[in-house]
Amino acid sequence: MSVLTFNNLSCQKGYNLLFDDLSLVINSGDILRITGTNGSGKTSLLKILAGLNAQEQGAIHLDDHPVKSEEYQNAVFYLGHLSALSAELSCLENLKYLNALNQPTDEQKLIDALNKIGLQGYEEEYCGRLSAGQKRRVILAGLFVSNAKVWLLDEPFTALDPQGVEIIERCIGEHCKQGGLCLFTTHQDSALKNQKVLAL
Amino acid sequence: MNIYLQTLKRDLNVAIRNPSSVLNPLLFFVISVSLFPLAISPEATTLSQIAAGIIWVASMLAVLLSLNSLFHHDFENGVLEQMLISHHSLPLLILSKITAHWLLTGIPIILLSPLLGLFLFLDNEGVKILMLTLLLATPSLSLIGAIGASLIVGIKNSGMLLSLLILPLYIPILIFASSAVSQVSVGLDISAQLYFLATILVVSLMLAPFISALSLKISLE
Repeated sequence: MSVLTFNNLSCQKGYNLLFDDLSLVINSGDILRITGTNGSGKTSLLKILAGLNAQEQGAIHLDDHPVKSEEYQNAVFYLGHLSALSAELSCLENLKYLNALNQPTDEQKLIDALNKIGLQGYEEEYCGRLSAGQKRRVILAGLFVSNAKVWLLDEPFTALDPQGVEIIERCIGEHCKQGGLCLFTTHQDSALKNQKVLAL
Repeated sequence: MNIYLQTLKRDLNVAIRNPSSVLNPLLFFVISVSLFPLAISPEATTLSQIAAGIIWVASMLAVLLSLNSLFHHDFENGVLEQMLISHHSLPLLILSKITAHWLLTGIPIILLSPLLGLFLFLDNEGVKILMLTLLLATPSLSLIGAIGASLIVGIKNSGMLLSLLILPLYIPILIFASSAVSQVSVGLDISAQLYFLATILVVSLMLAPFISALSLKISLE
């Protein structure tokens, strides 16, 4: 049972105060959909929770571990809105390296993950030759092999077709059923059950 | 395979499959050295006196040219973000990237230098010392350059800024390395210069990955 808490978070970009005094408790099994207009601070909030950006004020803990501590960072899987793929490497090479940065995974598990996300036969294809949706699927395949409890996903459904959205929603649902927790930003409606919504 | 070797292998694969990023600085190195005899004088005595300086300045500028791409692609595609939140040591990941940079830029420069030295009428002893100074100092060029590259990551058209940041730090290397080659040709002892270059290498090896890691964190926030 893990609990992600953040208290009195605030974030300022230049002269704009994006959010102020934001507090929330997210328990195991919770799915939090973060919505808001462009520039409202959705990505900034996820980056702060991932330990990439520093908050102006406030505190973030996963159980008793503060953000940027080794225990916290090991428990977090962050997916930004950039592809995180090198065009010169194959899907499998990219996935292998990104997983090595988090936790090393068997090659066969990565191939299975690519199959599950609908990219069977694309293991050796260079990412530079893929469409935007396929690139998104490659990076999202990392979800199937992730041991992290907390998933922070920035616009995970962007460029995906309805079939791809369904696969990812099912994957998020299963992760949270098994005690994980997921925060994601989106501009679309989501069919995920039991989701809570945070509007920025 | 540990993360250092995996990052090294990845960077080498990316560079080999996109050869223009590796070949451009090397072509610049060869072309700029080969233009000097045309501009100054084709006489052996004149060229042999300035050969070390020419090759050293050209190699320094070639390394500078290649530094822009050290972190730029990984910043643009988001891999750098993943490196920053990884539980692996960021200085170790950066050291691995610097090693790849040296293997792709420093080693070819060292291997090309005897040919260009002979082209500029440098004697055999001078060529040997030129290669030795390049072997000792090109890793320092990559290490020090990584600090500048990490500071400017995310800034567009920052080539000039990188030169302004890094060239002053390269000057001691240039002075010691080129004076070692010119002094050996008149029979003087060059151990002091070599010790200085080795010291610069050890200090930059100890500090540069940590400073770069700090700079990257600041640049990405």
